[in-house]
Amino acid sequence: MLIITCPYCGPREQSEFHYGGEAHIARPADPQALTDGQWAEFVFMRSNVKGVFAERWNHSSGCRKWFNALRDTSTDRFLAVYEMGAKPPQIDAPELRTPAGEPLIGSGNDETKVMTEAEMTEAEMTEDLGGGS
Amino acid sequence: MNQPFRLPEGGLIDRDKPVTFRFDGKSYGGFAGDTLASALLANGVHHVARSFKYHRPRGILGAGPEDPAALVQLEPNTARTEPNLRATEIELYEGLNAGAQNCWPSLGFDIGAINDVFSRFFPAGFYYKTFMGGPGWMFFERFIRASAGLGVAPGEIDPDHYEHTNRHCDVLIIGAGPAGLAAARAAASTGARVILAEQTAHPGGQLLDEAAGQTTIDGMSARDWVKAVREEIEAAPEAMVLTRTNGFGYYNDNWFALCQQLQDHLPLAERDANKPRQRLWHVRARHIILATGAIERPLVFAGNDRPGVMLAGAVRHYLHRHAVLPGRRAAILANNNSAWQTAFDLKTAGAEMAAILDTRPDAPQVLRDRAEALGIPVKTGAAVTGTLGRRRIKAARTGDIEGDRIAIGSAEMIGCDLLAVSGGWSPNVALFSQSRGQLRYDDDIAGFRPARSWQEEATVGAANGTFDLAACLAEGAAAGANAARVAGFDDASQSVPRVSAPHAIDYDITPAWRLPMERKTDRAFVDMHNDVTSKDLDLAVREGYRSVEHAKRYTTLGMGTDQGKTSSVNGFGILSEILDTPIPEIGVTTYRPPFKPVTFGAVAGQHVGANFHPRRTTPMHEAHVEVGATFEIVGDWLRARVYPRAGEDFDAALQRECKAARTQLGMLDASTLGKIDIRGKNAREFLNRIYSNAWLKLPPGRCRYGLMLNEDGMVFDDGVTACLSDDHFHMTTTTGGAAGVLNWLEDYAQTEWPDLEVYLTSVTEQWAVASLCGPNSTALMAELLDDLDPDPESFPFMSWRPAHIAGIPVRVFRISFTGELSYEINIPARYGRWLWDRCMALGEKHGITPYGTEGMHLLRAEAGFVIVGQDTDGTVTPIDLGMDWAVKKTADFVGARSLTRPDTARTDRRQFVGLLSEDPTIVLPEGSQIIATPHETEPRTPMIGYVTSSYMSPNFSRSIALGLVEGGHTRMGEPVYVANKNGTPHRASISPVNFLKELGGAS
Repeated sequence: MLIITCPYCGPREQSEFHYGGEAHIARPADPQALTDGQWAEFVFMRSNVKGVFAERWNHSSGCRKWFNALRDTSTDRFLAVYEMGAKPPQIDAPELRTPAGEPLIGSGNDETKVMTEAEMTEAEMTEDLGGGS
Repeated sequence: MNQPFRLPEGGLIDRDKPVTFRFDGKSYGGFAGDTLASALLANGVHHVARSFKYHRPRGILGAGPEDPAALVQLEPNTARTEPNLRATEIELYEGLNAGAQNCWPSLGFDIGAINDVFSRFFPAGFYYKTFMGGPGWMFFERFIRASAGLGVAPGEIDPDHYEHTNRHCDVLIIGAGPAGLAAARAAASTGARVILAEQTAHPGGQLLDEAAGQTTIDGMSARDWVKAVREEIEAAPEAMVLTRTNGFGYYNDNWFALCQQLQDHLPLAERDANKPRQRLWHVRARHIILATGAIERPLVFAGNDRPGVMLAGAVRHYLHRHAVLPGRRAAILANNNSAWQTAFDLKTAGAEMAAILDTRPDAPQVLRDRAEALGIPVKTGAAVTGTLGRRRIKAARTGDIEGDRIAIGSAEMIGCDLLAVSGGWSPNVALFSQSRGQLRYDDDIAGFRPARSWQEEATVGAANGTFDLAACLAEGAAAGANAARVAGFDDASQSVPRVSAPHAIDYDITPAWRLPMERKTDRAFVDMHNDVTSKDLDLAVREGYRSVEHAKRYTTLGMGTDQGKTSSVNGFGILSEILDTPIPEIGVTTYRPPFKPVTFGAVAGQHVGANFHPRRTTPMHEAHVEVGATFEIVGDWLRARVYPRAGEDFDAALQRECKAARTQLGMLDASTLGKIDIRGKNAREFLNRIYSNAWLKLPPGRCRYGLMLNEDGMVFDDGVTACLSDDHFHMTTTTGGAAGVLNWLEDYAQTEWPDLEVYLTSVTEQWAVASLCGPNSTALMAELLDDLDPDPESFPFMSWRPAHIAGIPVRVFRISFTGELSYEINIPARYGRWLWDRCMALGEKHGITPYGTEGMHLLRAEAGFVIVGQDTDGTVTPIDLGMDWAVKKTADFVGARSLTRPDTARTDRRQFVGLLSEDPTIVLPEGSQIIATPHETEPRTPMIGYVTSSYMSPNFSRSIALGLVEGGHTRMGEPVYVANKNGTPHRASISPVNFLKELGGAS
């Protein structure tokens, strides 16, 4: 179960929250002025990002406020939370390991579960490996 | 009782407490402190199970959760029976009864063993290849399930109970071996909240699996040190030690699940029914230390699954913890140094040592010297090429390794009743991998070990590939101190335990993933849980399953309840050889929770029976119970469905209730309707944007029916909303939709229209609601009300008034869901029961009849009112419902634009209509398909709709139905046919939905 940081209450268990789908999709001001295609784009179409995704959450079993979050969908890690109406903060794009868009660690993707020999050689030179953090 | 293989002294058993138990129908003796496995070994019983696929005799390989095959059925034929438990983990208790499983008629003579004779016809993929053709898997499955499989699931309700508990802590340590103990002591010394979880009954890990006095720590014997450290941890103010606690799941953000066994080790008669059997812990830890140790691997050689073949470390476990000699004449087969200790210990304990066979070309001189001193013959560069013995090993055939074969003429038979094997030690990285940490392959230890952590975690000791005791203790202590510091606690005790172990043996492995075999027909088992041989892996690769995940699924390597604890790494090594690819590039399969099996009872916890899904009840609930109402679940609520009188069945009660509601006086408990209090200066504008109809001109004192659509134009809820004042409204929703509607309203208020000042509050539970219906309702209302004239002339339909009943303030709504003259009284919830009783008492002379939700459904169907969720399914627009009148053209509202999309504007959409069966006695089954002709045509008769609601109407003395039919609004009077699974389709005609008007002549 994730910990989600409500901008108003602080870190809370995921079970207190409801998911609200992709963020920054404003309801058109004058729907009747839109073509069928444009309206359908608003109603039905959402992006399905692997990686950093801006999405809405509601602290439904807490303060009941809606807010936005940036989450890496390949690792489930929250990178930022911010208020409704605010612009998403700048996030450094993670370094990707797999062609499909998973980062070096945290996705559980097959390609990321075990270090390759080349990576081990490189890592032994640059970092202190081991289970310790 | 006679325990021929019990040593005269030593072990952590209590010789003053003999225990009698039964296995496979025979009675045996053991001691308190034994496991089922150690007690069986003390009695010389090695053959305890039959294997999964080939029904081969299997023995006790390991000493803990890693054992792949010593699976038994605990307490067979009782409600408490549990299948597939590892004999190595069952703590012995007086009267324990365990049965052998997967064998018939008996463990010794098992008909299914015929599978083994024909094993060459059952290679990997046999089932896939054979049973997908012909009649198919669905046909064959039941026969295969009957012959394969392991134990038997209990057939009765679990008599035990279980509980869940939640905990936050600073440092959670999994595993109380030396590294875990050192970590917990360091962390606990800071005052941090520490939980140390140990899966067995005793902390100590490997320190308990060696001869007393072999190791000294801080001047104490290892066992005394364990005891002292445990006491020190438990004395710390915020620390606790949980034994018999299986940390099985490492989830996101350091959320950890553990299952604690509280009573499984007690004799059945001593278990306390008032206490839980097991407790599931959910722990959220700031930092987690994994000290999960290492798991010894068997070697893969022909005949390696024979009972009497045991892991070398397990042999030491039984020797030193349980004072059991697993064999009198033993041989060792190993590819590393650690197993030599087993040879020395066995010899010292009095066993005859037939040989130490080491697959490596050479072995360290220091070990050779000790072997020589003890008189143990040593052979290096040696393999075992076969084993003899039916239910226990009698001899091992050895030969010299020459490349990938056995040197000709080198074969030799070695008589032995125990073959202790070691293929090396795999750091137990299951939980680390669950945390999504990244592994690396370490050639020095021939195993995978943690490389990079993903969560706030550290892995220490053997789990981290650190096998030296002093290093384990230092690593644990440092990690414990660091974890406490991360959690905000400094000043950890800096003391690192001092170790003296002059005869400790280093690990030093040269992998031998599979030993050469002499004959093509020989079989060497990689996975003894699922009967996967090394040849199955060859076959999988030949057939193209080269990815480790594919090979796993094709062969079932590493699957099942043991999750490949002893087999996975051997499998990866063998695949690496077959594919000629380095092991890091072979990779690993995915480690998933649970690390080892957890009972369903523990997972369910308290959430069983009435607590599974607690029901909400209305303030009038007891009144319904008292008169014998039957109930139905609506959303989270229990609602009275009908009120049958003595001798009355469901249908008769329903007909009586509905007749009374139209001809005299009916009363419904409508308290469950969702009620939302809406305030704010923009409340009216908000409603106008939310509802599909117009709200700007509704004056205070009036009510209006409204429809809510999603942005896709489909109806998702409806209800009546009253204007209390210009900035204050009382909205009602469907019972089941109440929570969803409130969330939805808040979403729009907060995110789309934050400029509107509007406040939303759920008041569903603040009001109890009695709905009075029928011609006599005005008379009863007149008696009830203190200060309001209920005359419909002065108190018209779709209006509301504040009033008082016996001085209690109420809101009375003149709204109707039956099409009949109706009043809905909203009274503060605590007077709900009182109001119900008062209405029943005063209404008696008016023929008052309570009716339930079934009556409500029937009465509204007579009036043609839709029930959102019964007559709609999320694909129905207001136009489809024939409710164009509730769609405004003057302003935007949620979903408005979608109503002119080409698809929603189609005129042949399924539309809401009445259905009258030609035979008025036939109640069309709800859900029936509607077709255009009475005959099936080729290829299939198109379905043009379906029946959504259907009843026998007591007021029209005939059946009525509602449904959705393509283009139904323009087909009034046309015949349709309703599919009838028992015969020819029923003929029916399409009608308007308002049967009161159609059949009753109402205006």
